[in-house]
Amino acid sequence: MTAVITAAPASANSSPWHFWGYFMDNRGEDLHFLWLHFYLSVLPVVVGLLISLPLGYVARRYKWTYPPIVSVTGLLYTIPSIALFVIVPPIFGLSSLDPKQVPIALTIYSVALLTRVVADGLASVSEETQLAATAMGYGRLRRLVGVELPIAAPVIAAGLRVAMVSNVSLVAVAGTIGMDNLGRLFDKGRQLSTPDPYYPPIVLGIVLCVALALVLDGAIVLGNRVITPWRRAVAR
Amino acid sequence: MISDVLTWLNDPAHWRDRPYASFTGIPSEVLAHLKFSSIAVLIALAIAVPAGLAIGHTGRGTSVVSTVNAVRAIPTVGLLVLLALLISPHFYGRTDLGYVLPTEIVLVLIAIPPILANTYAGIDNVEPAVRDAARGMGMTGGQVLGKVELPNALPLMFSGLRSATLQVIATATIASYFPLDGLGRYIYDGYAQHDFPQMVSGGVLVALLAVIVDLVLATVQRFVVSPGVTRRFSKKTAASADAPTGALRTTGEVATG
Repeated sequence: MTAVITAAPASANSSPWHFWGYFMDNRGEDLHFLWLHFYLSVLPVVVGLLISLPLGYVARRYKWTYPPIVSVTGLLYTIPSIALFVIVPPIFGLSSLDPKQVPIALTIYSVALLTRVVADGLASVSEETQLAATAMGYGRLRRLVGVELPIAAPVIAAGLRVAMVSNVSLVAVAGTIGMDNLGRLFDKGRQLSTPDPYYPPIVLGIVLCVALALVLDGAIVLGNRVITPWRRAVAR
Repeated sequence: MISDVLTWLNDPAHWRDRPYASFTGIPSEVLAHLKFSSIAVLIALAIAVPAGLAIGHTGRGTSVVSTVNAVRAIPTVGLLVLLALLISPHFYGRTDLGYVLPTEIVLVLIAIPPILANTYAGIDNVEPAVRDAARGMGMTGGQVLGKVELPNALPLMFSGLRSATLQVIATATIASYFPLDGLGRYIYDGYAQHDFPQMVSGGVLVALLAVIVDLVLATVQRFVVSPGVTRRFSKKTAASADAPTGALRTTGEVATG
């Protein structure tokens, strides 16, 4: 009984709509969880993109590498998140509940998803465009960075959106094995729910997760718009 | 650590039920896991396939698809805990229905979007010329749907089913966060008891289950989908017969669970 009182100071109201009051009462901790959730959602996607750009390029350039790369990444993607979280530490030689296991596992997912997206995005650049760039004197690297990647950007951005939104949901899963992020709010809500249901932390967790997913998704849409201005010119 | 995991998996005591030690063996947990998952997938199929076919065939109500897709942003763990708190206090006595019910609701909710979206996309992607040809041959609306659109949509529908099944298996694991059976039991019991070989073994078993189920579905897909649609037939036949043009677009499906 004491645990209930100490963990929820001045938040005796257990109505689901009291989540804002709960947030204000535990602002420090909740903002800490939100920041960790943000960082755990974004970092793996960024690292995953940096790894899958060269991998996707190889899969596109040397055609025979495409099937094996796609099947291996597809296999990785079938592994459920909670399973990957607990399998990662022994493979990477970490202790069993190391906070690093979450970003590592999510980076594996992001690479699995984005490698194929990058390869397919680069494949969407038409032959004529590549020949024109070569004729204008673009070397292989400059053509890749200056022509092919910008044209593939919308496809890659679509993949990034999927990776980012699913990451936000997957990070919360790690909360059930005690990793600090918004998922911990669900764990707390469950612990505070004896004997009577105590909804505020759970509702707050869902609201913050959805808001975070929407903001990150919007950021990618915006970023894609900024780096592909010619698409708007055509649309007008 | 890896050898501890292998030892745990290889221990005969972990492969049989020992009610006196309140330990459920691996085969029983696999069955429980499959039971939860298949019930949810079947219900989702019963809802999403007719809806997807109707939306794709009539072209009406496409906004439903994008609305359903937005459900993906909701964290499944949070939904699970919320529904369990709402529902479980209404059940008393020797029943785990108070936890089974919210779990199944969440599993069905996450299985519907991929199946619905892919069924709709599969029908929507059938080339208008193919559809017109079927109509021109005198087929009724129902015949066009059943004999032309559905066979052409099957590959995409199957990829939706496979991604839904994987998400359901993943989320059914998280359901063991509540006192429910399934392979997630080992992960959460291992976590609670700081028995890490058990926890990691649970993860390995869940991963194996997911991969095997996906392989089974891929095999079923190979037999169910017409070789003409996947362009998977011998070169000799391809040269003589006009390849049917079911324009297929593979969508990047998502695993959130």
